[in-house]
Amino acid sequence: MSELDKINSIFDAKISAIKTKEELQNIKTEFFGKNGQITKQFKTLGSLNPEQRKEFASKLNKIKDDITNQIEQKNFEIENLEINEKLKNEKVDITLPTRAYRQGKIHPVSQVIDEISSIFSEIGFSVAEGPDVETEYNNFTALNTPEDHPARDMHDTFYLEKNKKLLLRTHTSPVQIRTMLNGKPPFKIIVPGRTYRCDSDQTHAPMFHQLEGLHIDKNITMGHLKGCLDYFVKEFFEVKNVKMRFRPSHFPFTEPSAEVDIGYKVENDKIIIGEGNKWLEVLGCGMVHPNVLKNVKVNIKQYQGFAFGMGIDRLAMLKYGINDLRAFFETDYRWLSHFGFDPLDVPTNYRGLSK
Amino acid sequence: MIITLPWLKEHLQTKAKESEIIDKLTNIGLEVEGVKNNPGEFGEFKIAKIIKTEKHPNADKLKVCDVDIGGKEILKVVCGASNARDGLLTIYAPPGAVIPKTKFQLKVAKIRGVESKGMLCSESELNLSNESDGIIELKIKESEIGKSYFRSKSEKVIDISVTPNRADCLGIRGIARDLSSSGIGKLIPLKKRKLKQTTEHLIKTSIKKDPNQGCLTFGSCYIKNIVNKESPEWLKNKLIVLGLKPISAVVDITNYVMFDLNRPLHAYDADKIDKEIIVRDSKEGEEFEALDNNKYKLKKGMCVITDKSSVLGLGGIIGGTKTSTEFETKNILLESAYFLPSSIRKTSRDLAIDTDAKYRFERGVDPNFVSRGLEIAAELIIRICGGQVSKFIITGKNTQKNNIIKFDTNKFENLIGIPITINEAQKIFLSLGFQCKKGKKDLNVEIPSWRPDISQDVDLIEELIRIKGFEKIKLVEPERKRESETLNFKQKLFHLSQRSLASKGYLETVTWSFTDSKIDKQFSKGEKEISIFNPISSDLDVLRRSIFSNLAIHLKKNQDRGYEDLSLFEIGPTFFGKNPGEQQIVVGALKSGKVNRKSWIEKERNVDVFDLKADAIQTLIELGISEQSLFISDNTEQYFHPGRSGSINLKSEKGPLLAYFGEIHPGIIKKLDFKEPNIYGLEIFLKNILEPNKKIRQTKKSFQVSDFQKSERDFAFVIDKIFKIGLLEKIIKEIDSSIIRNVTTFDVYEGENIPKDKKSVAINVTLQADDKTLSEKDLDQISKKIIEVVKEKTGASIRS
Repeated sequence: MSELDKINSIFDAKISAIKTKEELQNIKTEFFGKNGQITKQFKTLGSLNPEQRKEFASKLNKIKDDITNQIEQKNFEIENLEINEKLKNEKVDITLPTRAYRQGKIHPVSQVIDEISSIFSEIGFSVAEGPDVETEYNNFTALNTPEDHPARDMHDTFYLEKNKKLLLRTHTSPVQIRTMLNGKPPFKIIVPGRTYRCDSDQTHAPMFHQLEGLHIDKNITMGHLKGCLDYFVKEFFEVKNVKMRFRPSHFPFTEPSAEVDIGYKVENDKIIIGEGNKWLEVLGCGMVHPNVLKNVKVNIKQYQGFAFGMGIDRLAMLKYGINDLRAFFETDYRWLSHFGFDPLDVPTNYRGLSK
Repeated sequence: MIITLPWLKEHLQTKAKESEIIDKLTNIGLEVEGVKNNPGEFGEFKIAKIIKTEKHPNADKLKVCDVDIGGKEILKVVCGASNARDGLLTIYAPPGAVIPKTKFQLKVAKIRGVESKGMLCSESELNLSNESDGIIELKIKESEIGKSYFRSKSEKVIDISVTPNRADCLGIRGIARDLSSSGIGKLIPLKKRKLKQTTEHLIKTSIKKDPNQGCLTFGSCYIKNIVNKESPEWLKNKLIVLGLKPISAVVDITNYVMFDLNRPLHAYDADKIDKEIIVRDSKEGEEFEALDNNKYKLKKGMCVITDKSSVLGLGGIIGGTKTSTEFETKNILLESAYFLPSSIRKTSRDLAIDTDAKYRFERGVDPNFVSRGLEIAAELIIRICGGQVSKFIITGKNTQKNNIIKFDTNKFENLIGIPITINEAQKIFLSLGFQCKKGKKDLNVEIPSWRPDISQDVDLIEELIRIKGFEKIKLVEPERKRESETLNFKQKLFHLSQRSLASKGYLETVTWSFTDSKIDKQFSKGEKEISIFNPISSDLDVLRRSIFSNLAIHLKKNQDRGYEDLSLFEIGPTFFGKNPGEQQIVVGALKSGKVNRKSWIEKERNVDVFDLKADAIQTLIELGISEQSLFISDNTEQYFHPGRSGSINLKSEKGPLLAYFGEIHPGIIKKLDFKEPNIYGLEIFLKNILEPNKKIRQTKKSFQVSDFQKSERDFAFVIDKIFKIGLLEKIIKEIDSSIIRNVTTFDVYEGENIPKDKKSVAINVTLQADDKTLSEKDLDQISKKIIEVVKEKTGASIRS
């Protein structure tokens, strides 16, 4: 066995026994230190003749590289072991609770208003608004409900003064008046908003939300009204088919007037919209009364159209299975967390209305 | 309006089934709200037999009864009645039934340890009488066991919601007429009554020409020598079905005619009338005792029926006690009149009286049915009570002329979207009692006097489509095209701020627009209080001037439920005047308690003003305002803690107010008695955020970054305690904005080693140039400059 082979086999024997960085350092010194075994061999190179030197040098270099690699490898192994040893002591109980996080929510009424706006946006309606305090004229008289009209009894009105000239709007319909007085036809608006009636029990709240719709143009017929509402109901309840019934009714500001019922059934205590043989009233509508159009200076020889109104809170209740209207406005933290919507859950046309 | 099928069929000849009639009613606009057995919905109350009674093991006064209700099973029912005994037939209510008297719903329950399935009922519990001593004892055949007790006696009652325009359908005949028009049957003509008018009318009647005169026609007859008595069974039953209490034949007949034909009537005891009848305007302060046993003080100008000495009745609304008929009444004056709806409405509203007659007159009864009404009622009275009838005297307008409206089939098609032939239209009109004269493409339609709601051609169109059926209208698919934006800028802001706050951990709530004035006062900015004239309750008496008012109320309620760490917000109107439009949209948020409570990982920390400041700033940034243009100062409102609150204006102190944030004033917290007093709020005033000029489509600034090494330097300044750190940072930033990239304060210290009126502020400055790596020399230079400028502008010295 040559000297080099001997060195090699000594190294092999030693390296496998090494456990610590310190030992590794020692072995490094033993072979590569000033008087190290490899170092020593390099020193012998000068005493060899050129031919021997070439052969010996190449062999020596190979062994040197080999040993260096092995030392590095060992170093890496030891470090890895050390890290892993250290990590063993760094273990946390990952089932411990996190830092507090407050999850915000969007109120169901807001979410439903956004859904409805998105639906009507598709067919060209814009959102209009009006003030909560209204004149008696805009809220009633202009809407073909003169002072001695019994329909006024159906609205338990909040007044701001004894002479009853200023009131909290009992419906969103006065926004029709404002919009038409301030613009020129055609009109194509929806009006979501707060409405007020002094009536309070399990199913009535003194404030609630309505959505008004108005479409005035040339040649708008009751067929358009039907099509518009059919489209809306299907989109809103996210069902392909909805049984729908138009039932004659009376509102002073539309003629003919209708109430719209949709079919439903109850399965496992849940309301399923669209099928079944029960009827649920969801909205009122009709062709805008010529008296209303005259009041807002729209030429009734050229223009006509439809209007509709629905209860937003009620729609939210139906769609999301909420059974108590009063709870909408009671700000119970638990209720808001339960029925509220994730703020990122924005109803859109392309993604869909609800998650 | 309540009807029964047998009564309806007195006017309508039909073979239609009940369900068909109900569907038809709803389809033609007479919405059926409910169909009930009469009385009530008591089908589940069954005839039962007590087989055996045993003493209750744990209670002396109770018995455990084995009850046979006709099924296979014999039920165990616990009963406390002393008359519960073997073999007794009585009435059993199963679990689930609602006891009429108490409205209490039965459940299977253990009574003193023994399970009872339902209960045995007393008469009073079923509202049959006041007898509550023991359970009902039935004396009927055993074969009835298991049958519904109320079934045999009941007549189905159909409750119809009549819209305010359809006065004619407040009489059963009107409903029958509408049904006949829909093709479900034939309207039976009113029977001709032969009335012998054999006596004299002894009471003079007149309508005074007063300025407010609400009576157009006053018709009457005198009936003498009657024997008033209890009504016959058929008549009593008719009234009971409607929910009315039978009184006497005379009164019951007037009520019957009203509900049958929508013709209100009134009967006076003629012997109690002082000489004559004068219909006139009331005088201010006149008093009158009505049949509802209330005394009314009248205002000037109400329509009253009077005699020589006093007021006998409010015309068309309610009669008076003075001339009321009794069983002893011998001679009566029977009134059939027509009153103006507006007059009726005004009087009844001013006096807050609601009666069946008033309800009908204000919607409009048939003015041309005055004498027919007298005829029908008088005939019934003499048939039941005997006596002799006088001639009718009709004072005032005798008949009103019917309106004629032109109807054009084209207009129908233009509005409804489907055609109608002239023949079909005519057929429908005739069936509704409208007379028609036919032209080529149009009809001249004569409106019957019982339909005051029809005044123009669109009303006729509605009649046609109502009867023809709304289901015939073909729907037109909406076009999917958008010509204008769905939301305007303000609406987008509203939407964005909602999502923005919610994404910062706040729960959105919606509260009333009105609130408690006592609490609202705390949060006012000096706006005038806006009271509601007729509030729903005294603690909801004003329109809110601040979103905080209701949020505070509800935050407290949540705290009382045990939830203390809360973030709530609402976005909605606040009001600064009572005129329409004197309102603005405000985002208001409250945050309370601790950021973390009882945490193993972090120290507990209270919510503080800088949480709210961050939320306010970040929301404004998300609403499109750049951080640089937010000017923060400590000007705030009185409802905030004066030392821990601030405002954000656009660009400068004088710029539009964007937001307030801060701790709610501890005085308010104390007044409202919050359990967890650490409460902060923010308000954002959306109206002050203006739409950016978007004529030129805004692109983002070009993207430029420096790839050269950045450096940081820390400075500790000793500066006047009152000096605002925000301003100090700004001063440093502005020294050389091309190199000073970021300035941030990381420590503020007051106390030992620092003069009393000073504070030490540690500031970290990030430096980076666009064109080179800054050398030590460059850095020293800029540091020196920072120290110099700060010293010069603020008087601060560097801390050694």
